[in-house]
Formats: sequence, structure tokens, C-alpha cells
Amino acid sequence: MERLNYCVRRVLQIIPVLFVISVVIFFLMRFIGGDPAVMVLGDKATSEAIAAFHQRAGLDDPLPIQYVRYMRDILHGDLGTSLSVRRPVAELVAARFPVTVKLTVLSAFLSILISLPLGYLAGKYKDRPADQGIRALALVFIAMPSFWVGLLLMMLFGVRLGWLPAGGWDSTNFWTQCKSLLLPALTHSLSLIALLMRDLRNSVVDISRMDYVDFARSKGIPESEVKGRHIFRNALISYVTLLSIRIAYMLGGSVITESVFALPGIGKLMIDSIFGRDYAVVQSLVLIFAAMVMVINLLTDILYSFLDPRVSYHE
Amino acid sequence: MSNVNLKAHMERRAKDPSVRIPDWARRPTFIVASVIVAVFFLISLFPGLFAHGDPLEINVAQALQGPSRVHFFGTDDYGRDIYTRVIYGARIDLEMGVLGVIVPFAIGTVLGLLAGYYGGLLDNVVMRIIDVLMAFPFTILVIVIMAILGPGIQNVFIALWLVGWMSYTRLVRGEVLRLKDVEFIQAARVEGFTDRRILLRHLLPNVISSSIVYGASDIVMTMLTGASMSFLGLGVQIPSPEWGAILNEGRAFISYAWWITFFPGLFLAICGVGFSLLGDCLTDILRRKGR
Repeated sequence: MERLNYCVRRVLQIIPVLFVISVVIFFLMRFIGGDPAVMVLGDKATSEAIAAFHQRAGLDDPLPIQYVRYMRDILHGDLGTSLSVRRPVAELVAARFPVTVKLTVLSAFLSILISLPLGYLAGKYKDRPADQGIRALALVFIAMPSFWVGLLLMMLFGVRLGWLPAGGWDSTNFWTQCKSLLLPALTHSLSLIALLMRDLRNSVVDISRMDYVDFARSKGIPESEVKGRHIFRNALISYVTLLSIRIAYMLGGSVITESVFALPGIGKLMIDSIFGRDYAVVQSLVLIFAAMVMVINLLTDILYSFLDPRVSYHE
Repeated sequence: MSNVNLKAHMERRAKDPSVRIPDWARRPTFIVASVIVAVFFLISLFPGLFAHGDPLEINVAQALQGPSRVHFFGTDDYGRDIYTRVIYGARIDLEMGVLGVIVPFAIGTVLGLLAGYYGGLLDNVVMRIIDVLMAFPFTILVIVIMAILGPGIQNVFIALWLVGWMSYTRLVRGEVLRLKDVEFIQAARVEGFTDRRILLRHLLPNVISSSIVYGASDIVMTMLTGASMSFLGLGVQIPSPEWGAILNEGRAFISYAWWITFFPGLFLAICGVGFSLLGDCLTDILRRKGR
């Protein structure tokens, strides 16, 4: 019951923040966007055509009224109409959303697959060559710009060896999708792998020093069980938290990865819309990104309360 | 005779703890890191010492040549020397990393001190702004600000400053809240010291270390973010040499001119490793001092 209360309260806390975000984005975009009519109709459009466009798009109304209309539409699931391609924004986003989600999921999967064994190994063999090697690897992974790594992978596996597509999106079936996503996901997960490895290593080192671990050993519990149940499981608590926080950050990085590999996801859509000055799309995407981050943070908090019974529900 | 004296003097000096080189400065990581960072600072301050050409000079006859003894890193599609461009690009990237952290560090620290110490309305306003801004992924926030301000290097700095201060404010505020009711601060208040003196002389030195540690690793992140803005075409505009921008220009040629993208990225990565290592050493030193 207490947990349910906590969850409800956390969900309700999101609403005012989303509201403020939507107001900020709406007004900023109006002030800087330039005249959308000129963008859509071109520089040579007559003033009558521009006036008619304003009339049709409701751009002559006062800003607060435009905002209320915008919010009412959003709450009805209508994100507005793209100014450049004249299609509903919701439709554009819906078409591209799955690519970004698949990219994020595959990246998270790769990060876990690589960081879990390496991080644990480094912690177990603290200060030995394995640990030093893995720490050096983490250092390099963090310092390398993801767009550079992406291009190098593309050059090697896409162009030279020809094993994988050098960018683009082949949606034919599950297998071709995986092939299109493998290099981007590897690029995307690099810094996450480094952070997770470091975190898991430090947790394992810290927890191995705990009294309860010595106590478990002195009780005669087999070593494998001490490692698995007492050390590894507890080290996972901070690992999972870091993972979920970082997945929210990864959504931001998708803008870069998707433009390197020409993947039609929402990150690429964002960059294209910025260059196309299509502010109806940009403002919806920003709102969607913010909402996703908040939902992920919320899920993290709730998940955390399950993983670690000591978490308090009172703030 | 004087030689013996000198030797004895040197030995005494070596044993004197006040002049001995501290342990952390002898560690190989520290030496490697400071050499890397020092070299990059030298390059960015005096690019003319390292490259003799002009980074903007176009020579179409020499276009798209591979690395050679004349062009160490090859040439791009306009025949510009990539080595010279990478050397001259160092200044902008280092500026983005260093200035992109120093300014938010200062703003964030002051705001964190004031918000934590005085609380009330100021604290509430600052923390609510942070709540809203924190809802965006970092990169998205910078991109949105760039979209609003328009492309250009000044705007990259503004975007980095507008976004970067939050972490410092949160760190400093948290430390201030922890310390402001501790005895030595209360004693200072009882003594009748001004708020300014308490904030600057008593609180600041005690709350700053976690920000310094964060700032050291933040340099790498900020530099990479700045470079990625140029890579996306939102930052430094062509033909200015900047690592991210050169990489972006090289994208079209990756199937046959790998050198245009490879070298600027390599410099970015080495520079990043240098700053990361230095940050790790700094963390170690401060942690040991704190003990």
C-alpha cells in the first residue's frame, strides 16, 4: 500500500514538470522559428498567400490562445502537422519511434553483455593485470567520440570487409534489422559499457570487503555461493540503477548515432527538422524526449524500491 | 669541496618533506596525463610551432592524397593539409572543453552556495529550474538551444554554459546543506562574521572538492559534446578547422579517404584520455587530502 502511494505520488509529480516544459518549448519555438509560412511557401510567395497560410494555421491568434489550442490537441493525441512535409507529426514520429527503441534496446543489451563479465572480473582480480587492462579499456571508451567510432566501424566492417551494411535501414525482416543495427548499437553503447564496467568493478571491490561477506565465508558457505549470492547480487543494485539512468541519456545520444548511420529514428528526425526549420516537429520531439526521460526515471525509482528494501517512500 | 657540499645539500633537500616531490606526482599515470595535456595546450597556444602551412589553403591539384612525407595526415577534397587543419583545430576544441567547464563551474558554484545557504525563494526557484532542465537528455538540451540560437561557435559556448551549471549547483548546494549547521559555521556566525565572509572563507573551501572532481571529468564530456555539435553541422562552420567539423567534412569520403576522418578523431580521443587520466589523479589526491 505504501509502495502504491509512492508510485502514484511520483506519477503525479511528472505532470507539472511536463506542463512547464511544454510552455517553455512552445514560446521559445515561436520566438525564434522565423515565419513558417515563408518556409513552407518559399521566399517568392505573395503576401496574400502568406496571410492565407497564417489564417489557416491559426498563426494570427494571440500566443496564449495558440498554446491552449496546442495543448488541447496534444491531450487528444494530435501533435500538430509538420510544416515541411504536411503530414501529422504523430504519424512521422510513430513511423520512426520503433527504430530508436530497437537501437536503444540492442545497445542496452550489448552493454550488459560486455560490461557484466568484464566489470565483475576486474573487481574480482583487483589490481591484477586483468583489472588494469579493463580499467584502461574503460578510460579509452569514455574518451573516444562516438561519431568517430561509428565512422571507423563503418569503414572497417561496412566498406572494407563488407560484412555489415555501412549505414541505412533495412526493415525487411528481423535479421536484416539486426544487421542494420549492430554497428550503430555497438557505437551507441561504448560509453555505457565503460561506465557500467567501472561501476560494477568498484561495487564488487567494496562489497568484498564487507563484514557480512567474511561472516558468510566463516560460516562455511561454499565460495561459489558467497560470490554469487552475497557479492554479485548486491553489486547489481547500483549497476541496475546506473543502467536505467544512462538509458535515458542514451536517448539523447541517438541523435548523433542515428545521423552517423543514417538510421530513420526520432533522433535523425530531430536533426532533419532543425535544419528544415520545422518547429512543429522539433517541439513535439523535445516534449517526447522529456516525457521518455521522466518515465524512465520513474520506472527506475520504482524498480529500485523493489531491489533494495531499505529504500524509503517518504521524501 | 663545493661539489660535496652541493651533494649533501641535495640529499638533505630530498629528505626534507616540505620540498620533496609528492608521491602522486611520481605516478606514471600522472606523468603521462600531464604530458598529454601539456602538449595539447602547447599546440593550441602556438600552432605555428607544429605546422607551417595555412589550414585554409586550398590546392585542388593535391586533393584527396593519402598520408605522405609532405602531407603527414593526407589532404581533403580541396587539397587542404589535414595535419595543419588538425593542429590549428586544437585551439577551438580545447577552448570548448576548458571554457565550457570553467564558466558553468563558477556560475554553478555561486548559485549552489547562495541557494544552499539562504534557502527560501531563491533555493526553490533554482531547484525547480534544475528539475525542468534535468528532464531533458543532456545532448538534446544542447541541440535544442543550438536550434534556437542558430549555428556558430559562440552559440555552442552559450549552449554549453546554459546547460553545464546545473551539476555544480546541485553538488555545492548539497554540501552546503550538510555543513551549514556544523559547529564551525555556527561558531563563525556567533562571532558575528558577515555572510560574505562565512560563504567565501568558511564554506567555499569545504564544499568545492566534489565539484573539482566532477569538473575534471566534465572537461572530456564537454569537449566531446562541443565537437559533436560541429559534427552535426550546428557548431563551428566551414571552413574553420575544428576536429568535429573536419570529421563531418570527411564523412562523404570514408570509402576511399579514411585519413580525413581518422586523424581528427584520434586527436580528440588522445586529448580526452589525457584529461580523463588527469581527472582520476586529481580525484585520488583530493580523496587522500580529505582523509
